[in-house]
Amino acid sequence: MWAELAVTTAKVVVVALAMVTTVPIMVWVERRGAAFIQDRLGPNRVGPLGLFQPVIDVVKLIFKEDVTPAAANKGLYYLAPLISLGVAMVTFIVIPFGAGHDVSLFGVPLRGLIVAPDLNVGVLYLLAIGSLSVYGIVLAGWSSNNKYSLLGGLRSSAQLISYELAMTLAVLGVLMATGSLHLSDVVARQSGAVWHWNAVTQVIGFAVFLVAAFAETNRLPFDLAEAETELVAGYHVEYSSMKFACFFMAEYLNMATASALTVTLFFGGGTLPGVTLTGWLGLFVSTAVFVAKMCFFLWLFVWVRWSLPRFRYDQLMQLGWKGLLPLATLNLVWVGIAMTMGWLR
Amino acid sequence: MSAQYIPVILAFGFAGLVAVTLVGLSWMLGRGKLRAVRKTETYESGMPLLDGSRKRVSVKFFVVAMVFIVFDVEVAFLLPWAVSVRELLAEGNKLVIVDGLVFLVLLSVGYVYLWREGAFDWSRRGSES
Repeated sequence: MWAELAVTTAKVVVVALAMVTTVPIMVWVERRGAAFIQDRLGPNRVGPLGLFQPVIDVVKLIFKEDVTPAAANKGLYYLAPLISLGVAMVTFIVIPFGAGHDVSLFGVPLRGLIVAPDLNVGVLYLLAIGSLSVYGIVLAGWSSNNKYSLLGGLRSSAQLISYELAMTLAVLGVLMATGSLHLSDVVARQSGAVWHWNAVTQVIGFAVFLVAAFAETNRLPFDLAEAETELVAGYHVEYSSMKFACFFMAEYLNMATASALTVTLFFGGGTLPGVTLTGWLGLFVSTAVFVAKMCFFLWLFVWVRWSLPRFRYDQLMQLGWKGLLPLATLNLVWVGIAMTMGWLR
Repeated sequence: MSAQYIPVILAFGFAGLVAVTLVGLSWMLGRGKLRAVRKTETYESGMPLLDGSRKRVSVKFFVVAMVFIVFDVEVAFLLPWAVSVRELLAEGNKLVIVDGLVFLVLLSVGYVYLWREGAFDWSRRGSES
């Protein structure tokens, strides 16, 4: 009992800290990547290749003066960044980061590098908790008592709920093919060969999911919530110091979660086609494969951000409702027919 | 049965701890410096505010919210169907796909109606072009 609890606690801390560590790394990748795409150098003074720049930034943000606007609703104003960061830190606990079903730690079976292996609502938990992040943004926009914040928060909430539909419908296709809500089952079904990956069997669903993931994480080309040229900084105009950093961290955590989810649902998770390893080696290799696949999608987020211009708001809504929603439904029909015909394994 | 939620509770506790610690740390360390009244004024563009910040917003936001509720409930109905399709097909029950298709057709009737009513057009100019 106690050993089991200790192992679960260790998994919670290890996975959460690993995900939080991606934030400073991604900030660095984003700034350096942007610099290289725009043919300049980027931060390169603090530490080797400027690697310590995000660390210095965090120290600076912690020591910054904590300004609270006089017109703000104090309680909600403080609650909003906590909700944003807190929600971003609990969404990924159902994602299997590595295999290792035959590994045990202190006599307790590890059951893979996944925080909650038994949670029978699996994907549903992820979708439900993931959509809670809209509360942080709306509360921030409302409680700041600022025109820009209010508009940014409203825009963002409309955008998030619009794209959530398309995203959920795209995930439904994967659930149909799997027949289970456990993400480890989703991964297990895609093992063996590249053409078993859901990205190959459900191309439309994958495309819809990826576009919706960009919109759900408020990243360019869908960052209407904080369109600098129109709304200064959107819902966090009035935020400074660590409270601002909470929103910032939440954005990058959501990005990491979205990448991990894409890998799990459509790219076979930690499985390497044609390779079957067991024990600790299997755990390490599958985790490494998972991280490698995840890195590609994280880089895709940066790449797209510095390559594409921002959508206009009516275009964004049209794409979501008139484009992605029918496409996602089409994917459902395709999966249904393919399964009846026995084309899918 | 509820033991499966222990990791969830632990994760929530850890996330709350980290978030509160970070904000609390900057709240303690960032206190007691220069306090200027100007600093806590609502930011706009450097000009004094002429009116309040909370004004009426476009009704479109409410339309989107209502349409979302409708479709989200439909998706919630589809979820149990999607999860059980595989098992039922394996039992030779091919009708389950027809069930889903009928549901989707009924759903698309409402969808087409909303489209024609212009619920998905944010700007009226956009719908004419």
